[in-house]
Amino acid sequence: MSVSSTVTPGRRLQPQHLLACLVCVFAMWVMFSPQAQAQAPVDVYEFETTEQEQRFRQLSNDFRCPMCQNANLSSSPGGVAADLRREIYRMIMEGMSDEEIEAFMLQRYGDFILYRPRLTLQTVLLWFGPILFLLAGVWIARNITRSSGGRVEATDETERETAVTLSAEEKARLSRLLNDQPDADNPTNRS
Amino acid sequence: MIPELGNFALILAFCLSIVLGTLPIIGAARDNTLWMSLARPLTAGVFVFLSISLVILGYSFVTDDFSVQFVANHSNTNLPLQYKITAVWGGHEGSFLFWTWMLGGWMLAVAIFSKSVPEEFIARVLGVMGLICVGYTLFMLATSNPFDRVLPLPPADGADLNAALQDFAFIVHPPSLYMGYVGFSVVFAFAVAALLSGRLDAAWARWCRPWANAAWAILTLGLSLGSWWAYYELGWGGWWAWDPVENPPLITWLLGAAMIHSLAATEKRGVFKSWTVLLAIMAFASSLLGTFITRSGLLTSVHAFATDPTRGVYILGFLGLIVGGSLLLYAIRAPILKSEFGFGNWSREVFLLANNLILVVASAAILLGTLYPMVYQAVSGGDLISVGPPYFNTIFVPLMGILVVLLGIGPVARWKRTSREYLRQQLTRVAIAAVVLGVAIPVLLTMSVPLGTIGVCVLALWIMFSMLRDVASKVANKPSLMAGLKSLPVSYWGMQLAHFGFVMTMAGACLTSIYSIERSVLLQAGQQADLGRYTFVFEGTRPVQGPNYIADEGTIRVLREGEFLRTLHPQKQLYTASNTPATHMGIDGRFLRDLFVTLGDPRDNGAWSMTLYVKPFVRWIWLGTIFIAFGGILAVTDKRYRRYKVSKQAAADEQPAEARLAGEH
Repeated sequence: MSVSSTVTPGRRLQPQHLLACLVCVFAMWVMFSPQAQAQAPVDVYEFETTEQEQRFRQLSNDFRCPMCQNANLSSSPGGVAADLRREIYRMIMEGMSDEEIEAFMLQRYGDFILYRPRLTLQTVLLWFGPILFLLAGVWIARNITRSSGGRVEATDETERETAVTLSAEEKARLSRLLNDQPDADNPTNRS
Repeated sequence: MIPELGNFALILAFCLSIVLGTLPIIGAARDNTLWMSLARPLTAGVFVFLSISLVILGYSFVTDDFSVQFVANHSNTNLPLQYKITAVWGGHEGSFLFWTWMLGGWMLAVAIFSKSVPEEFIARVLGVMGLICVGYTLFMLATSNPFDRVLPLPPADGADLNAALQDFAFIVHPPSLYMGYVGFSVVFAFAVAALLSGRLDAAWARWCRPWANAAWAILTLGLSLGSWWAYYELGWGGWWAWDPVENPPLITWLLGAAMIHSLAATEKRGVFKSWTVLLAIMAFASSLLGTFITRSGLLTSVHAFATDPTRGVYILGFLGLIVGGSLLLYAIRAPILKSEFGFGNWSREVFLLANNLILVVASAAILLGTLYPMVYQAVSGGDLISVGPPYFNTIFVPLMGILVVLLGIGPVARWKRTSREYLRQQLTRVAIAAVVLGVAIPVLLTMSVPLGTIGVCVLALWIMFSMLRDVASKVANKPSLMAGLKSLPVSYWGMQLAHFGFVMTMAGACLTSIYSIERSVLLQAGQQADLGRYTFVFEGTRPVQGPNYIADEGTIRVLREGEFLRTLHPQKQLYTASNTPATHMGIDGRFLRDLFVTLGDPRDNGAWSMTLYVKPFVRWIWLGTIFIAFGGILAVTDKRYRRYKVSKQAAADEQPAEARLAGEH
């Protein structure tokens, strides 16, 4: 392992340069994209209105293919998914509402088919968990800021004391250390 | 013979990491300089032997050594060379070796680029990483050795690499994802070393920050590449599926984002110390959780590797040991890390705290949604539920909305204390301009009131204007604009760039979900179909012979408002070896929108079914992530992280204590 010491930062090859190259390659790749395989199913249904077509797309996006790994009906190439899309199409054309279609699917395949779980006693925690997290977090954060707000003055005091107790030699060293190093995130704020 | 050498190198790496994981840590505790100084050479040794192991596995692929089980399962004599090499990470065993090698690479980088960090501290950091390496190498040797042989009767030819993986993205997505993922173990090691030594101050944060930024920036790219791959590979315009294997990296990414913000406060103001350490532990734990989910066989998905319960048990045990151990250490040592510095109500610290709050709540919610079905199944005795995109979008989108609102204020606020008047004076006009223009532009462009678009525009302009306002107020007192812009540190530009990228990604994601349109049609040659402002004219198909497939290639001319734009060539392929059909979309990607066509099937009358897509702004999602990653990397290059090297060089002849004091200052 060669352990060369850094003499002139910026002139040697730094890991950041490699990273920057990686980023550039990726950027070019996104812009000049290659073409690749696709597996999406294509089936053609005639709708009377665009509203029906949108409902069809929405519904086949929100139901899970019961036989696939983890895919919704609209993206799954499987035969079962194709049958279920045909069923959804039939029900839409027969004038059934979204709720009726969902009830039909639910009755036939159970909760597994719904990507948006129903709110039941068993899923209360799922749906309200994030809100609980948020409330708990806000409460903790409030406590932190409240207890910390009182220490602002104390911090000022500490900082002033430290400033006064520096000896001349220490000050000289401090200024050498801080030499041409502006406060990086907030250069104008030198309070 | 050669594969046995690879196996032997792996065993040697395992042995060396045991030494690395013990002696330097003990040496640091007992102040034994000799033992501490072993850390760097041992790290180099571990890396060298892991590299030998990896190269030998690659060599076995290139030379078609099908007596190696892993090669026989994931390669084939006819596989193109670039995929033979990258097939190393095409399956569980090899990808774990690659993953461990990445860990070795990060360790080596720490050993080389942390000259300014005190010996005692770096010994602990490398020691902790050595312990992680022990876990990984032992896992390979015990449960999933890539060098296992099929003897005495090796197969004549390999089973071939999964066809879906034979793509350019497969060459770049796993390495960048792994590199970012594994990079979080560096930050974890720094955190544990801080707990062990009880030393956690601004200097610690300064040593740690470049690593955290680099790992996070690379993870951003890895995730983005995966999303992009899914988009063009799957061919129906989906770019994020909230799949249980996609979610853990996102959780790690969110926790990492929280951590680099918290680290900023720790470095600048000495606050949130113990919180930063906790975030580092959680981010690393979530990366192990991701490993567990993809490799345990707990669930099935495109990403899941072959299933084996012993592996799952091992990883879970390792996860429990690492997380339990570090949390125990945290519980014992964290009280001494208490920060004594205060901050006022509208200070930047408060906004960073809010940022952390939202990012952590978002990760917790995603974790909840990801694990809920598994827990539900276990608790209810086999009942299955699905938690999918509708759930995650409902939770995630509002949280990100709040985050973006705060993002406009946080960077403007000052450290420690900001008066409300100051914020009002800085941001009132920004807010008014954002609201007025954000409402006016979409309304005038569409001549309607699209509420979602208005929301996106207002928030995006809010961030843009607040950034400009901040830059303007920072250069206001400088002699000239250029001098002012030059005086701003690199890390400031990195921050702004990353925030800009974040807003671009969010705006792209929202706008594309609002404005994407698609249409499935049945067309005979010469017929056409309209979608939005575009007309797609089907010219017919012709047979095409590929290297390992045959295909029908369609020709579709795209017109925009009657004017010729571009010809697309989607294909319907049949892979002859495995007799699997595949489609190949014809795509026209531009800055403001993507157009693409996927070919379905031919019908009796010579017509083809096909789906036409127009997806505005979809490219912004990935372009934004490039800005995020680039911003993160820019921040790493800030000269204040290299300052001690320079000062150390200048003071090379002074006594060592001087340099060390400077490092600790």
